[in-house]
Amino acid sequence: MNESLLTQLRQGEEATVVALRGGCGFQRRLRSIGLKEGKTVRMVAKHPFAGPLVVEVDGRQITIGRGMSQKITVARP
Amino acid sequence: MKTIVLMGDPNVGKSVLFSRLTGVDVIASNYPGTTVDYSKGWITRHEETLEIVDAPGTYSLEPTNRAEEVAVSLLDKADVIVNVVDATSLERCLLLTIELLEQHKPVIIALNMWDEAQHLGIHINVRELENLLQVPVVPTVAITAEGIKELVERLDDARISKRQYTGGEDQVWTEIGHIVRKVQTVAHRHHTFRDRLVDATVKPGTGLLTAAIVLFTLFWLVRFVGEGMIGHVFDPLFSLYLKPITTFSEWLGPGFLHDILIGKLMDGKVDFIQSMGILTTGLFVPFGMVLPYVISFYLALAVLEDTGYLPRLATVTDNLFHRLGMHGHGILPILLGLGCKVPGVLSTRTLETRKQRFISTVLVGITIPCTAQTAMIFGVLGHHGAKYILIVLGTLAAVFALLGLLLNKTICGECPELFLDIPPYRRPSLRAVTKKTWMRVRSFLVEALPLLFLGVLSASILDAAGFTEKLADFAAPFMKSWFGLPGEAMPALLSGLLRKELALGMLVPLNLTATQLTIGVTVFSFFPCIATFAVMLKELGIRDMLKAMTLMILTALLIGGTLRIVLIGWNLWPGN
Repeated sequence: MNESLLTQLRQGEEATVVALRGGCGFQRRLRSIGLKEGKTVRMVAKHPFAGPLVVEVDGRQITIGRGMSQKITVARP
Repeated sequence: MKTIVLMGDPNVGKSVLFSRLTGVDVIASNYPGTTVDYSKGWITRHEETLEIVDAPGTYSLEPTNRAEEVAVSLLDKADVIVNVVDATSLERCLLLTIELLEQHKPVIIALNMWDEAQHLGIHINVRELENLLQVPVVPTVAITAEGIKELVERLDDARISKRQYTGGEDQVWTEIGHIVRKVQTVAHRHHTFRDRLVDATVKPGTGLLTAAIVLFTLFWLVRFVGEGMIGHVFDPLFSLYLKPITTFSEWLGPGFLHDILIGKLMDGKVDFIQSMGILTTGLFVPFGMVLPYVISFYLALAVLEDTGYLPRLATVTDNLFHRLGMHGHGILPILLGLGCKVPGVLSTRTLETRKQRFISTVLVGITIPCTAQTAMIFGVLGHHGAKYILIVLGTLAAVFALLGLLLNKTICGECPELFLDIPPYRRPSLRAVTKKTWMRVRSFLVEALPLLFLGVLSASILDAAGFTEKLADFAAPFMKSWFGLPGEAMPALLSGLLRKELALGMLVPLNLTATQLTIGVTVFSFFPCIATFAVMLKELGIRDMLKAMTLMILTALLIGGTLRIVLIGWNLWPGN
């Protein structure tokens, strides 16, 4: 398993979410919008200057801040 | 009377469902966070009246912003909860569903966007879902009213679920996974060319290009359609109207009634802009000058909202808005504010922190010209040339950026990151777009016209009583030395607080130079109308409102004074 942070995925790459870090409420927010362990995510876009990321989960796209996405660990296939 | 509350994740179609159920029109759009307050409606069924409440969307019962707080607070009033679930993303909606089932209240589920789910190859076994959740589930398509009748019929079947989830959050997530595996099958879909095109609108380079094209097209359309309506509908109508109103003016003869209804005659003729009578300026400015742009702006905005582009615009502008102390969602109050600042200020509720809401409210209140203000700017400066209009708009844009940067640095508080669900692109329906445009145009008419008439009326009475002249004399030394404007600009400024369009009719007769008008219009633009003041006070509270007003006055003094020095020079008494 090749684990990394969500932010390290390149545009177009796919990976599986393996772990979430951060506070309870924060983790709940991530899961409630679909980002949870076992899900496959695809990196759609990465905005420069530490801007937000756009990832696709279950066919839906989500915009998420850089800092938030550093709390998501993924595994590349 | 029973109260039924519609609860669900953001952007699952609660407001459309609400309109379908009750026949009450509410604004619905294709982006999360359209509804920031609740609406009520009633239906009568089996000779029993039920109250239906449309709540803002929330992902869970632990709110993260003020709109979600409103939603959660409505729960106590509910006798029955209709949980609206997006069939195309069942899994993420189930957290709220389970939280609602734990409230020991009767629940019924509307599985909305059923058609879109089928189109996407998502199949949900409704019977199995009913068994697992122990509450009724009704597939619906709110947009076409499919399933609405069944939902109403089955409201009595809503029941308190016997399932209890006591094992804490981990168990809830396990349970959700279990439910989804049991009831849902998804046909595999390949990434198509269309998907790649859709992706391009959120990528950094192509996304910004798209944003520029979309916004340019939006404003071009607003102008094109607005001017078209003025040229082909409103101008011809008012030239027809001129004759009977002139006859009426002659028949009435001079006097107090004439002053109020017709106003002052210019060279013996009725002048729609300057006469300041209820039947002349009071009708022409709102209908002949502002209304066409209100219609065209809201038409274009409705199309943009319903396509689902706005969350993408928020994504690509996020970087910019972070510099100004907000995040990408801050684009929404601005877009809405360009139409009318009242909904603009209200939409700041979807921002998470007090700092973000304060900055957004102040920027919208002070620097974003609403349709009426834009009409004033173009109406006053139009025939002096585009240069002066650009000075005003450029100044407003510069103040927007500088004030944002400054407030971001000086106000303490957090500026959280953007976290946003991007809905799929949808084709806007003609019916929904025209309905939404009409609702907003109607609220312009209902809110603006009484204030305008009141403004015209009080302006003529105060004028007749000699008060206007006294105020002008009193303000003259300050207005002249600071802004290079005559004292008469002060009553115009004050009337502009009631409705922006009023200032127009009072500024034009002063025979000011183009540079004086530019300064006047810019200074006037920093002050919103009375309706905006009221909603700002409600949203900010008294302390922050006082801060906002201090900023407003300082901005007007500083920027107005600077413009005066740049455009007129240091000369303390110009023209003398």
